[in-house]
Amino acid sequence: MNYLSDIDVGKVVKVNALLAKDLLKERMLALGLTKGTSVEVIRKGPKNNLTVFDIRGVMIALRREESNLIMVE
Amino acid sequence: MGLTRDSSKQSTLVDLFNIEKKENEHIIALAGNPNTGKSTLFNHLTGLSQHTGNWPGKTVTNARGKFKHGCESYHLVDVPGAYSLFATSEEEMVARDFICFGHADAVVVVTDATCLERNFNLVYQVMELTDNVILVINLMDEAKKKNITINKIGIELDLGIPVVLTSARNGVGLKELKDTLNLVMTNQYEYNNKSIIYSNEIEKKISYVESKLEAKINHIKLRFLALRIIDGDNRFFDSMKQYFSDDEYELINQVREEIHQEVNQEEVRELITEINYKEAEVLKNKYVKENANKFHKDKKIDDILTSRIFGIPIMLLLLTGVFYITVAGANVPSGMLADAFFSFEEVLTRWFHTLHAPNWLHGVLVLGLYRTLTWVVSVMLPPMAIFFPIFTLLEDLGYLPRVAYNLDHLFKKACAHGKQCLSMCMGFGCNAAGIIGTRIIESPREKLIAILTNNFVPCNGRFPTLIAIATVFFAYVSYGQYNRIIPALIVTGLVVIGIMVTLLVSYLLSKTILKGVPSSFTLELPPYRKPQIGRVIYTSIIDRTIFVLGRAVLVAIPAGIITWILGNTFIGDLSVIQYIANFLDPFAQLLGLDGIILMAFILGLPANEIVIPILLMAYLSTSSMIEFDSFDSLRQVLVNNNWTYLTALNVMLFSLLHWPCSTALLTIKKETGSWKWTCIGFIIPTVIAIIVCMMTTGIYHLF
Ligand SMILES: Nc1nc2c(ncn2[C@@H]2O[C@H](COP(=O)(O)OP(=O)(O)O)[C@@H](O)[C@H]2O)c(=O)[nH]1
Ligand SMILES: [Mg+2]
Repeated sequence: MNYLSDIDVGKVVKVNALLAKDLLKERMLALGLTKGTSVEVIRKGPKNNLTVFDIRGVMIALRREESNLIMVE
Repeated sequence: MGLTRDSSKQSTLVDLFNIEKKENEHIIALAGNPNTGKSTLFNHLTGLSQHTGNWPGKTVTNARGKFKHGCESYHLVDVPGAYSLFATSEEEMVARDFICFGHADAVVVVTDATCLERNFNLVYQVMELTDNVILVINLMDEAKKKNITINKIGIELDLGIPVVLTSARNGVGLKELKDTLNLVMTNQYEYNNKSIIYSNEIEKKISYVESKLEAKINHIKLRFLALRIIDGDNRFFDSMKQYFSDDEYELINQVREEIHQEVNQEEVRELITEINYKEAEVLKNKYVKENANKFHKDKKIDDILTSRIFGIPIMLLLLTGVFYITVAGANVPSGMLADAFFSFEEVLTRWFHTLHAPNWLHGVLVLGLYRTLTWVVSVMLPPMAIFFPIFTLLEDLGYLPRVAYNLDHLFKKACAHGKQCLSMCMGFGCNAAGIIGTRIIESPREKLIAILTNNFVPCNGRFPTLIAIATVFFAYVSYGQYNRIIPALIVTGLVVIGIMVTLLVSYLLSKTILKGVPSSFTLELPPYRKPQIGRVIYTSIIDRTIFVLGRAVLVAIPAGIITWILGNTFIGDLSVIQYIANFLDPFAQLLGLDGIILMAFILGLPANEIVIPILLMAYLSTSSMIEFDSFDSLRQVLVNNNWTYLTALNVMLFSLLHWPCSTALLTIKKETGSWKWTCIGFIIPTVIAIIVCMMTTGIYHLF
């Protein structure tokens, strides 16, 4: 198991668990980051801060602080 | 970038439940994920002009409009976009509350054909909440381009609700939608809603909770309430408290406590979403065919526009380009307008002579009013008519979220919210709209920061000032020769300074009175969409150019007359204007300005558009008359009044940084509900403008 923030560009992974709490977790669930969802890492931004992911057919950017709350495999 | 005739009216802020329902009028809610075309659909159906643009989060309040189809009348409500009904932000809360308690007769869920999987999740949620749901699959033209095929009949049969395919922007499918609405409203459509069935255990709980609530609560669908009692947290129920009586709320809390002794709310919550999304996935896989690489084109463009190295330089280059085109394109039409206006002034003057009108009347109406108005129109109209459409094109293309993406690491460093960049971009249109736009920010601390710093980007009212002064003062090389690159660079530089001040003030605020760390956010990057050039030009000219100019002219008329009178009423040797100017002058000189400029800024509090007009009037009323034949003559007026490069620079800086206009201040009051923050919102920019101008003056005098 890894953090989503550590995955390289171009890789596709599956969501395993969300470590986020409260509002953030709710928001992640709403975007479709449920257990077993495939996520592709599309692009990393300046300073490796914002990373763009393909989540259920939509491009979503997350900061490192958020993407390292998502466990994947 | 949100300023339109409609969005600037305070009426967009009216409370959402005050719909006066007329006999035979059906209330229809337009719901859906952000950026699926709800407002576009709304505009087409009602003929109104809600703000649209290719980025999530621009509609933050409910807008209403009416239309008729056949014998049925409809009252349509454009609800802010929501990813889910769990209300993780203020807009989602507005959306959920309206769908839950707004007594809509039907909910039209607008979805994006190019990412149906996520959209279906919301469809399922809405179906749990109400029976009369109509599914609109919009952006069919985009889907076609991306080779996505959709089996409409299949989806309709599977969900048991009517499905309509549309391309809202081109008006395709709207007739069918209206026909469908009529069918539903006259009970001719046979609904066969299939809501999601959860696991046995959950279903048992649902029945149990429903049985407990049945007797007492009847204004909300019990299945939905039961589900939320099982999986909702305190925050969720707190936010809904106002919709229940005390008795009902107490009952809800009792049942919740009982249920939570047996189930772990958080785990169930995850499980329920997972099942929801699984169904969405199944539905999509069954009825939607798309090839794996639908992002291909967007990725290619993003490679350039959001490149790590070139992202920001390209952004600056684009901005400079836009200003260059504006400056270069505006000169000739400005001169032509001025010529036309001036020859008409001669005609007017002859009329006054033949009518033997007194000299003062000719002075007030022609030399005061008419001349100033024509100056304003000649100087402001051409740049606006070029600038606004180009800017809107970029917005429609989907460039705004990319700007947010490129700048995010800076906002993060300033401990500000990532979405502050979006509300800042809205401020480029109108700071009041930008301040309302901060509602997309969930955390109160960061929302305040975004509100207090919104003013540092120039709005519609200030861009013409900046562009005009930059053009007049810095384009001039020698008579008849112009350099257009320099003014474009100067305006870009000013925007950059504005953004830097925004970041700096955000940083200082987060380290002092608004301490805290940046909170989480998610930024959706929508696909690039080809803007509709004709429509963009039309709306930006009608909605922005004419609106801004109209406001300038309206305020300029009384101001023109008053300024002319003040400029020509003498006490002793000096006119009243000179008295006021002399009074302000010592302080203004410290800022590298003069008394008249400062007076214009003070009088410009109601609207920034009128600073230049007032300034001109004050100068024209006192100095010798001069005819406008191009930007040269404007330059001449200013130079005659002792303007130097420093004056020009400081006027631009002061305009960029000074206090917000009264509309923006009132909006701050409305959004924060506090006079204290409103005062702070006034003081911070004012102090910064004064300090910066003093500094440039000091440096200038050193050399
Ligand atoms: N190509 C295309 N673009 C559309 C269509 N409907 C809306 N848009 C564009 O999609 C963007 C988002 O639309 P908007 O109405 O603001 O979405 P809202 O957030 O749901 O209100 C805008 O740039 C629209 O011009 C459509 O049917 N086809
Ligand atoms: Mg909208």
